[in-house]
Amino acid sequence: MTEVSSYSPSRLRGLWALTNRELKKWYKAPLIFFLSIIQPIIWMGLLGKAMNLSALVPANIPGLDVGAVMKASLGTSDYFSFMAVGMIGMTALFTTMFSGMSVVWDRRLGFLNKVLSTPVSRGVIIFSKVLSATLRSMFQAGIIIVIAFAFGLQFGAGFSLLNLLGVFGILFLLCVGLSSAFIAITIRSTRMETPMAVMNLISLPMMFASNAMVPSKLMPDWLQPVVHVNPLSYANDAVRQLLIFDAIDYTQLAMDFAYVGIFAVIVASIGIILSWRFLRK
Amino acid sequence: MSDDVIKTEGLTKIFNKHLAAVDHVNFEVRNGEIFGFLGPNGAGKTTTINMLITILRPTAGKATVLGRDIVKEDSEVRSVIGVVPQEYTADEDLTGLENIFLCADMYGIPRKVAKERAEELLKLVELTDFGNKKVQTYSGGMRRRLELACGLINRPKVLFLDEPTLGLDVQTRTATWSYIRRLKQEYGMTLFMTTHYLEEADALCDRVAIIDHGKIVVIGSPEELKRSLGGDVITLGIKEDADVSEIIRGAKHVKDVKKENGAYRIKAEFGEITAPSIIEVLRQKGYTVTRLSLTEPTLNEVYLEYTGKSLRDSEESRENVMIQRMTVRRARQ
Repeated sequence: MTEVSSYSPSRLRGLWALTNRELKKWYKAPLIFFLSIIQPIIWMGLLGKAMNLSALVPANIPGLDVGAVMKASLGTSDYFSFMAVGMIGMTALFTTMFSGMSVVWDRRLGFLNKVLSTPVSRGVIIFSKVLSATLRSMFQAGIIIVIAFAFGLQFGAGFSLLNLLGVFGILFLLCVGLSSAFIAITIRSTRMETPMAVMNLISLPMMFASNAMVPSKLMPDWLQPVVHVNPLSYANDAVRQLLIFDAIDYTQLAMDFAYVGIFAVIVASIGIILSWRFLRK
Repeated sequence: MSDDVIKTEGLTKIFNKHLAAVDHVNFEVRNGEIFGFLGPNGAGKTTTINMLITILRPTAGKATVLGRDIVKEDSEVRSVIGVVPQEYTADEDLTGLENIFLCADMYGIPRKVAKERAEELLKLVELTDFGNKKVQTYSGGMRRRLELACGLINRPKVLFLDEPTLGLDVQTRTATWSYIRRLKQEYGMTLFMTTHYLEEADALCDRVAIIDHGKIVVIGSPEELKRSLGGDVITLGIKEDADVSEIIRGAKHVKDVKKENGAYRIKAEFGEITAPSIIEVLRQKGYTVTRLSLTEPTLNEVYLEYTGKSLRDSEESRENVMIQRMTVRRARQ
């Protein structure tokens, strides 16, 4: 029989090639790159600085220590620091949502079919989307931390570079989970409208039903269970512990990592199983 | 070991449980030939090609490409074939060269080899000067050529081309044909292409299968098919409002007469002699011939003969129509 092509596709090569394709669209386009940096600044300015909960508490009430009040409910005396971390989670949520869109877009343009006709594995095709969204969000998270610091974010007493590593670790897990989820939802759709509708439905409720803006204990009883299943809350908590809290509750931190990690593994597996099933009609 | 590069047996694809897009299709593609799948939009051409390139799973039947089963050995099939899709799939934000490297990475071709091949391929499709330009700046013809280069990066034994000249102007189309011919001549490649342009099938293909409503109506070389019509086609109209089919049928060398839209389509041998004699016969019976045309058979006649209609635009899925429009629009840029 005819000889087979002498090169065999490597998963890692294919994964990186496809991931890099997505990333190039972003870092090689100056405007898009610029906007993706500007976006967190705007959010932080509007939500972080304008919605200043610290200002709600009048400073001139005798015997009231504003810092202590804030610290009791937020875990830190500075609302901006609290909020800035929420922004990291929110940016991760918004950026990963677009991974679902790009699957539909590739399907529309015929690119998906072309890649499917090459020997690269189907799981890799999906995972490259997940990975590129994850890398983008993590980059943006880095920018937010830098900007937030410039705007006055106060690091916790025990903050070290190792903590920063932990921050990116939990964000990686969160983003892998979130983008896999959005891809799983949109993998079969052939119309742009479907992922858009899904995103509009999910994004803001998911953000507000987390501890991004307000700690969960200040929320009504009926909402708390929702906040407690929302992986965003766990990621936010972990990042806060690592970045801005003075004392780290290691049990809680381990819980956060375990919860977000399991979420990522389960949802990514679902995404990859669906890709085997549905990328071939 | 057979000489057949592609072989299908009862290949069938049923969408939504009742719509048979491809219905028990049997054909063989021989080594080194250009095989054309000819049919109107929605006839099942793309569905067939998508099954052969393993992105669509057949509902029934089997097919092999280079002896490998398209379902059981799908990844082996994928590594030996090249695909040039109907759409422009190159990433517009990347350069031509980056697109070719992206394809090379999918096949696991080392960068050094990929560079050599890319250079050779860009030369083949005459894009050497544009390799480092973004695809956004390419014209429709250039994009089509880039798709061709991408499809060839793994040195495939079989190349699948889905509507390779859709939306291109006549000049670019002819140029594309010459690239396709070179692939066959210089690389000994086997090509499987779909088209709904009759003249394209006539100019390029060694053998053609006419497909309609998911079924293959006839297979053969364009010459064979034309010959099978048995001579020339005379079309004539008369002034009177009467059916003169029988009179015409009585004339010498006339093989068949069909009345279509008030005109008579006559199949006859020696058209240039037969036509005047038909006019004479009709005149003797008191009828006046008002118009007459004589055509030597083209694939168009073959097509009409076997499907009973001109290439029509049938209803298609929203997605396909959308994709085609997008392709055509970008081709015009």
